Amino acid sequence: MTEAAATIVAEGLRKVFPGPGGKPVHALDGVSLTVRAGELTALVGPDGAGKSTLLRMVAGILAPDEGRLQVLGMDAAKDAQGIQDRISYMPQRFGLYEDLSVQENLDLYADLHGVSQEQRQQRFQRLLAMTDLARFTSRPAGKLSGGMKQKLGLACTLVRSPDLLVLDEPSVGVDPLSRRDLWEIVQQLVDDEQLSVIVSTAYMDEAERCAQVFVMHQGKVLADGTPAALRERARGLTGIVTPPDGVPARDLQARLIDATELIVDAVPSGGSVRFIRQPDAAPGKLAELLQGLPAHGRPEELEDAFMLLLRQHHAEQEDAPPASDLMPPKAVLRSRDEKPVIIVRDLVRRFGDFTAVASTSFDVRRGEIFGLLGPNGAGKTTTFRMLCGLLPATSGHLEVAGLDLRTARAQARGRIGYVSQKFALYGNLSVHENLQFFGGAYGLRGTALRARIKAVQSQFQLDPVAVSGDMPGGYKQRLAMAVGLLHEPDILFLDEPTSGIDPLARRSFWRTITALVQGGVTVVITTHFMEEAEYCDRIAIQDAGRVLALGTPKEVREQAGTAHGGDMNSAFIAIVEQARAQGHQSGAEKVA
Amino acid sequence: MGKLIAFLAQVGSLCRKELLALLKEPSSRAILFAPALLQSLLFGYGATYDLNHVPYAVLDQSRGAASIELLARLDGTGVFERKHTLVSPRQIAEVIDDNEALMVLSIPADFERRLASGQQAPLQVILDGRNSTTAGTAGAYMGSIVASYNQSLGNASGGVTVERRSWFNPNLEARWNIMPALIAALSMLQTLLIAALSVAREREQGTFDQLLVTPLTPMQILIGKALPAIAVGLVQSTLIFLVIRFWFHIPLMGSVWLLYLGLFTFTGASVGIGLSISALSLTMQQAMLYTFFLIMPLMLLSGLLTPVRNMPEVLQVATYVNPLRFGMSIVRRVYLEGAGLADVATDFIPLLVIAAVTLPLAAWLFRHRLS
Amino acid sequence: MSRSGFAQRMLALTRKEVRQMLRDRSNLAVGLLLPIALILLFGYGLSLDVEHSPVAVVMEDTSPTAREVFTAFQGTMYIDPSWAGSMQEAERRMLAGDLDAIVRVPVDFSRRAAQGDATVQLVLNGVNSTTATSVEGYVGGALANQALKQSDRMGDKPDGGGVVLQQRMWFNEAGISTWYLVPGLLVLIMTLTGAFLTSLLIAREWERGTLESLFVTPVRPLELVLSKLAPYVAIGLIDMAMCLVAARWLFEVPIRGSLLLIVLASFLYLVVSLAMGLFISGVTRNQFQASQMALLTSFMPAMMLSGFVFDLRNVPVVIRYIGEVLPATHFMNLIKTLFLAGNNAAQVLQECGILLVYGVVLVFAAKRTLRKTLDR
Repeated sequence: MTEAAATIVAEGLRKVFPGPGGKPVHALDGVSLTVRAGELTALVGPDGAGKSTLLRMVAGILAPDEGRLQVLGMDAAKDAQGIQDRISYMPQRFGLYEDLSVQENLDLYADLHGVSQEQRQQRFQRLLAMTDLARFTSRPAGKLSGGMKQKLGLACTLVRSPDLLVLDEPSVGVDPLSRRDLWEIVQQLVDDEQLSVIVSTAYMDEAERCAQVFVMHQGKVLADGTPAALRERARGLTGIVTPPDGVPARDLQARLIDATELIVDAVPSGGSVRFIRQPDAAPGKLAELLQGLPAHGRPEELEDAFMLLLRQHHAEQEDAPPASDLMPPKAVLRSRDEKPVIIVRDLVRRFGDFTAVASTSFDVRRGEIFGLLGPNGAGKTTTFRMLCGLLPATSGHLEVAGLDLRTARAQARGRIGYVSQKFALYGNLSVHENLQFFGGAYGLRGTALRARIKAVQSQFQLDPVAVSGDMPGGYKQRLAMAVGLLHEPDILFLDEPTSGIDPLARRSFWRTITALVQGGVTVVITTHFMEEAEYCDRIAIQDAGRVLALGTPKEVREQAGTAHGGDMNSAFIAIVEQARAQGHQSGAEKVA
Repeated sequence: MGKLIAFLAQVGSLCRKELLALLKEPSSRAILFAPALLQSLLFGYGATYDLNHVPYAVLDQSRGAASIELLARLDGTGVFERKHTLVSPRQIAEVIDDNEALMVLSIPADFERRLASGQQAPLQVILDGRNSTTAGTAGAYMGSIVASYNQSLGNASGGVTVERRSWFNPNLEARWNIMPALIAALSMLQTLLIAALSVAREREQGTFDQLLVTPLTPMQILIGKALPAIAVGLVQSTLIFLVIRFWFHIPLMGSVWLLYLGLFTFTGASVGIGLSISALSLTMQQAMLYTFFLIMPLMLLSGLLTPVRNMPEVLQVATYVNPLRFGMSIVRRVYLEGAGLADVATDFIPLLVIAAVTLPLAAWLFRHRLS
Repeated sequence: MSRSGFAQRMLALTRKEVRQMLRDRSNLAVGLLLPIALILLFGYGLSLDVEHSPVAVVMEDTSPTAREVFTAFQGTMYIDPSWAGSMQEAERRMLAGDLDAIVRVPVDFSRRAAQGDATVQLVLNGVNSTTATSVEGYVGGALANQALKQSDRMGDKPDGGGVVLQQRMWFNEAGISTWYLVPGLLVLIMTLTGAFLTSLLIAREWERGTLESLFVTPVRPLELVLSKLAPYVAIGLIDMAMCLVAARWLFEVPIRGSLLLIVLASFLYLVVSLAMGLFISGVTRNQFQASQMALLTSFMPAMMLSGFVFDLRNVPVVIRYIGEVLPATHFMNLIKTLFLAGNNAAQVLQECGILLVYGVVLVFAAKRTLRKTLDR
């Protein structure tokens, strides 16, 4: 590689923002890097690492305070317009015009980028097929589901082949099927047109596809190299262990992850628990922790290296308190035989002639984690909104704790917590002010309120004076979680609570959830991280408003058949694709 | 009792949040309070029909003692200011067209002679009618000067003398009339907008759903949203009131408590209208535009600039749903006339009716507005 | 980028703005319906001319001479006279807000009338000083008229010499307030539609995050500004046409100047007021603040300080200078002259020049707020 083939050359970039309370925030603290042309390059790092700031500088819409940044051979500070004429950029939150239709949004960006009519036809077709938006071209963008909006944003970014493609967390909130398609199209652009791509992501499997990965943390580049080179760091530390029959994998996982001196990381997967041990962990102590369960080695992955890097870095600075200390479980034990807490029977919701939710039925028992999975636009959010009483059902029966929340007395709502998909807290208020308000609204006051605020603030590592609207995406999500948990609800509705937050924070989040459930709290959750489905007692897979599969993660994996690799991600894709193929068939039969 | 405290505590935290959201940023604070002060000063000086300066030009073709005497009287008023002395009738159009003079006096050559011989002596006055109100006032003033001049000539007719007294506003200053009305009118503008944006802003930013899943009842949300808006309105009113009372020295004749009772009721009715708009709107833009759409007719049909009595019947009926008409009436009458509660009780009724309809409507719409 | 790139982007952006405008009915409500409502209100509802003012007459002298005073008030459209039994009763009615004035005819009226120095007392309700001043004039006029009739009947010769005022009001001979309110209405409507409709356009894009995506395209800031102005200029021109039609045929206000000049000046002012709204929007980046600012900077000043209702010649110098800073004041001057007085080359040039400068400055100020950077 010659110097000329570098698309981005950064030297000593610094950027300081005025933070809350007058203390400056070093978003970028001396970043130097070189991004090669014609390849995929990934930026990974925890929330607030400075990824978005760097990408905005590359796009020429933020000026560095110090340092030099060259993009496509142009100085980003002096010739921003020159760069903007040649790159395509997808910000973290792509600004779609919600009152314009899908097609009109695409047309606008094609016009702005000067895409010719001939190129356009072919391109649009491909993008619409890839994003599965072809059915919705005349629908206003504001009426799309969260994930579909994200896909449309990506489609708008890809209306032309630029000299450099800049993507800031393009797959946040995008379902596994679309994510696979999305990466196929990006990969194709790289292969066919030698497109240079720089992408920030929270998905390590996405970073794994890239030629070069930069791990960022607190405004600095912590490590960089090919995925293979980075993986090396975790060599020999990775293992997998299967719990005895009848013990949920998440209970074992919880025990492992709490043992921070021995274990770096643990996640449930396919009924087992994958873990990374501390390099200096004594084998005897480890065997003791595993209580004689046989542990096997497994090939290391990029995520392992990432977790290792970050945990080590954290350990150098300070030990973050494990979440479990802060969430004392209530003394309620799980009992499986009482009446379900949530009952849904033949629930239907139509918007005009569009059926968002079609005759859906399921039960959720007390103390259960129930996962609602499905592609974007499957009707998950609509189901949630009906359960929380925000939307009337067209027909069917629903009960939450024996009540229909739409008509129940206000106090009944005090028993539920709701975290919506889109950040829905007061952006111009600080973290503390938001918590104080919602605490008050839930009827907490005085010392009880102060204690709870303190607890959730430290649990989610939130800075009380930070202005919530200005925080990085991951921290907003944490605040939303903190608000949802503030009043210690009996039932929690979580709509994609982990979208856009880094693996570290996700572990901590799930540790909290498992602790809550042990205390008798019922959790209903949607997620696009399929490995997170492994934490659930039971899951339902929904598509086009219908429930396709319902059961324990194991049952659902078995329903999909083992031919697909056996993990939840492939099981999910298989089930949805099968159902869609059948749907097309039966549709075709009806026409015939 | 415990229930009541819990109820109030919940409302209190919502009020606090609303006030924080409104006032946290210095720019928002500035925008809510500085204009009230600035505008009351500006309009206090600017809103006047009273003539203070009438620039005029004179074409004196007589140049006699009589015309000089008359002009001296004119200049002696301090209101008429001679800007030009013309030499030819052709110049008259010029000075009027160019706004150099509001009035031109044309004194004919035989003015002196006719007066001396006891004949009628015509004096031509040409007024710039582009603002016919000002022109009319200037003309009337001119008329009274000529009348007193005639009287001094000993030609007073044995007519009836009118002895004038003016209640509530001894010098009939327009400022006395307009400024108390502004206590209600100016604060209504921004209060209405605050209320109208409050729910719409939450809808647009997605926070309203989060609010609706809390145990807050529609009634609590209503109170929590209405009180901060009313408070901002009352603070604005107070600022304007202080300017009027202590800067312009217009004496308050009535009870300050009654004044505030009136303002509170009036602001409550306005906030009810604002919140109803808000609950109906999906975006801030809609809320703002519908508010603007309403503000103009509310102002024009309030009696601020033109008396309600001058309006056609149909419009007079329409003013019954205009809170500003009654709010302004209460403020003016309590302020200037010293009216008591019994005098203005009838003005309270429409305000209470408006509030009683719009506030519950808004509360109902919080949950039932289809998205 | 080539010129065709500019044209293509302008077209695309303008199309986008037009669509967004048309999809939200509130835009059309304020853009088209509000002007119609205002035209009708101004034309039929508002009048500065006082009519049918309720006046109580207290007769303490019941002689026929005194009764003539009452008849003096009958038959005029300006005053609605009514009897009051006593001064107390009249004062009570005045306190209740039912009267504009009380005329008190004292006990010795007819005796003094015979001597030629009769007096009546006039008590005015000063709460509305404008009305009070007018009523004073009407009462005085009616009494003088009556005296004249009386002396005619008695066969007295009218008094001899004295100065006779021959008043002529140029441009508005009959002194109809509609004639100057309606041209002013044009100013008001251009100001309101301009500021209200555009003041959210940029702030909304900041709040919804659409600008970040838009910035990183070949789009130039000036293109953004011009495309945002275009659809609202069209709305404004429709409003202007409605105003002119209403002025000419509904209210029969004379248009003595050149129609072309009126259209040109209105267009200039329209751009000024739209660009002003955009500038506010771009500076605040916040819909809440932008809407408050738009309300504060457009409506009240245009109504109170531009010379629309209150004559700027009557106000203190400082306030007058503040008024002069407002573009609305210059347009107001110009449009009243063009409507009522006719073309006045010097004034047209001067005021149009000022408006042009305002327009250019504001368009570029708005453009500056759209500099492609997220830094403040």
